[in-house]
Amino acid sequence: MSETLKITDLHVAVEGKPILRGVNLTIQQGETHALMGPNGSGKSTLGNAVMGHPGYEITSGSIELNGENIVEWDATQRSRAGIFMAFQRPMAIPGVKMADFLRHATTNVRNPNRKEGEDLIPMRQFRKELTEQMKNLRMDTEFARRYVNDGFSGGEMKRAEILQMAMLRPKFAILDETDSGLDVDAVKLASESIAQIGKETAGGGQMGILIITHHDKLLERNTPDFTHVMLGGKIVETGGVELAHELYTEGYDRIRETYPDAVAAEKAMTETA
Amino acid sequence: MATDITENSALGEINKYDFVTPSHDVFKAEKGINADIVSQISEMKNEPKWMRDYRMEALKIFESKPMPKWGGDIAIDFQNIYYYLKPTNEQGKTWDDVPAEIKETFDKLGIPEAEKKYLAGVKAQFESEVVYGSLQEDLGKQGVLFSDTDSAVKEHPELLREYFGKIIPSTDNKFAALNSAVWSGGSFIYVPPGVKIEFPLQAYFRINAEQMGQFERTLIIVDEGAEVHYVEGCTAPMYTTESLHSAVVEVIVKKNGRCRYTTIQNWANNIYNLVTKRAMAYENSLMEWIDGNLGSHLTMKYPAVYLMEPGARGEILSIAFSSKGQHQDAGAKVVHCAPNTKSRIISKSISKNGGRSSYRGLCKVEDGATGCKSNVVCDALILDADSRSDTYPYIEVEEQDVQVEHEASVSRIGEEQLFYLMSRGLTEAEASSMIVSGFIEPLIKELPMEYAVEMNRLIELQMEGSVG
Ligand SMILES: Nc1ncnc2c1ncn2[C@@H]1O[C@H](COP(=O)(O)OP(=O)(O)OP(=O)(O)O)[C@@H](O)[C@H]1O
Ligand SMILES: [Mg+2]
Repeated sequence: MSETLKITDLHVAVEGKPILRGVNLTIQQGETHALMGPNGSGKSTLGNAVMGHPGYEITSGSIELNGENIVEWDATQRSRAGIFMAFQRPMAIPGVKMADFLRHATTNVRNPNRKEGEDLIPMRQFRKELTEQMKNLRMDTEFARRYVNDGFSGGEMKRAEILQMAMLRPKFAILDETDSGLDVDAVKLASESIAQIGKETAGGGQMGILIITHHDKLLERNTPDFTHVMLGGKIVETGGVELAHELYTEGYDRIRETYPDAVAAEKAMTETA
Repeated sequence: MATDITENSALGEINKYDFVTPSHDVFKAEKGINADIVSQISEMKNEPKWMRDYRMEALKIFESKPMPKWGGDIAIDFQNIYYYLKPTNEQGKTWDDVPAEIKETFDKLGIPEAEKKYLAGVKAQFESEVVYGSLQEDLGKQGVLFSDTDSAVKEHPELLREYFGKIIPSTDNKFAALNSAVWSGGSFIYVPPGVKIEFPLQAYFRINAEQMGQFERTLIIVDEGAEVHYVEGCTAPMYTTESLHSAVVEVIVKKNGRCRYTTIQNWANNIYNLVTKRAMAYENSLMEWIDGNLGSHLTMKYPAVYLMEPGARGEILSIAFSSKGQHQDAGAKVVHCAPNTKSRIISKSISKNGGRSSYRGLCKVEDGATGCKSNVVCDALILDADSRSDTYPYIEVEEQDVQVEHEASVSRIGEEQLFYLMSRGLTEAEASSMIVSGFIEPLIKELPMEYAVEMNRLIELQMEGSVG
């Protein structure tokens, strides 16, 4: 069965301040969506809200996974149901080795009903898979022994996020500026890896991908079926791949001229900030 | 994985250490403390006059000293405690010599098993007396001494008279005076010049009776170029009334010697744990205190190293975990008395469910101790809004040409970190456990494997049910 992630009239507030003001977006497995928009327009906020960050309060609207509203689910449940987000700024967890973390994560996502303290996937099997994925991403295996995002360079962090996606094989992935911080070769590799990983998810179907980006590099290998423009906490326009081309070559002047209401909202957001 | 932990949690409050052994005491002194009780203890032990005089003198000092005004709230009724309880007549040389019910206690705690696997010698103390002792034969042949301190008073009077009470005099503080008056048990270790003991020597202290006071006295002498790793573990069952554990530990590390002293204590919540530990480190020697403080109602403990001669080094690594109804007032003390001495203090504390942890530390550099280096790092992690952490670092530097660094951090388990881990399928409880184990990882990796495993297990046990 092809699964669907459906966001309807989503309003989100952070610390009481409204950020998203009615976002509608539907992603099917196998589709690639690009989400663009100026800094501070609410793209990461949307990602965090979908992933279940407790600091992002959903004041109205719904997020549905195959028709079931998941707004009340915590991030654990969402992740185990196949939703993944590669973060714009991943958190460091000092003292926790990548390998230990990933072994817990992989076990949990593969056995969504696992209780704490129950067996982890066997070490040998896990090592083998991890080594293989690291090889694909041209990462030194030594990396698995480092502490999660602790002292990672910008590019290393982004690679580590893709590695996690490769291990977890989500059905829906939100990639929040995964291209930023990567060098020219690394972006290319990342782009290819995402396309490759997207071909086959844990459930067998293809991945539904939401790529948040300001550039074209990731989209070369992952041609968007839809491009959305966010401004002032709303998706104001949706088009095909040509819209993405327009935005990263020409910028947002036309968009701002066309949607004065969203510009007003954008102003209000930055003023109270 | 960790099946015993999950089984225990199914039983609610009960944990591995919370059981009482029916006791058949050979002798139990009356409750309370006075000159009669002190002389009775000395008599029971058939001590030489100098020790008896030492005790009586210490009792006077104890009575005249006020309670410490800092640290935690000490609400102890000194007359409502048993100061001496002798559980058996003879110390066992094999576990079969130990009364069955006491042996069972240590079986449950896993001591005989650990002894077979990775220990060079063991002392097991039950209430006031050491009930079992062993030492690998070849170590004995090399002149290593490992006995209870009571026997040492009789068997090695020259060493005892030279060192006993010289590092920590009775006048040091009220609880050192109390210990000096009523002490019983504890370990005496002497490692002859050049002898390096590969495996740890371990002592295990168990309080079993209610309203009990345990006052062991430990003296370790590491001679020139010698090495030893001594480990102590402490537990007690849970009672509704307080018990008191007040030890004095004195360590001398001579030129080029090395001593590592590891404590893993997991006291029940009714124990006042007020311990004085101090080492003197001589030329180019190394003294390390590794201190894992879990449980107890109040712990006040600040292992100290006096760096007496050039090139001496002191390291103090401590972990404190405080939960509901617990206050860990722990820390470290280093005194640089000689040039080119070095010290390093790393302290990590975790507070949850209304627990309170304090770091209290002193770094002192005396006039003339040029070229010293000291580095102090103390980090606190607070798991919820009800819990508390304080830092009291004291730095006294009387010399210009030194390098003293101090860093402190307090962090709350970040919502962001929890969210990051949860977004990868970890439950909230798993995520906080993982953050906590990462937090203490820099210390855990300094421990030998067996103790690292034990320490992690204890922390996991403490973390059980920490998040709703
Ligand atoms: N956790 C937060 N705390 C406070 N304000 C926040 C938080 N998250 C988002 N905001 C605010 O919400 C608005 C939208 O931020 P968001 O990060 O979603 O923008 P974005 O579109 O991802 O921008 P960029 O392209 O710069 O990454 C901004 O004004 C931002 O300051
Ligand atoms: Mg963003």
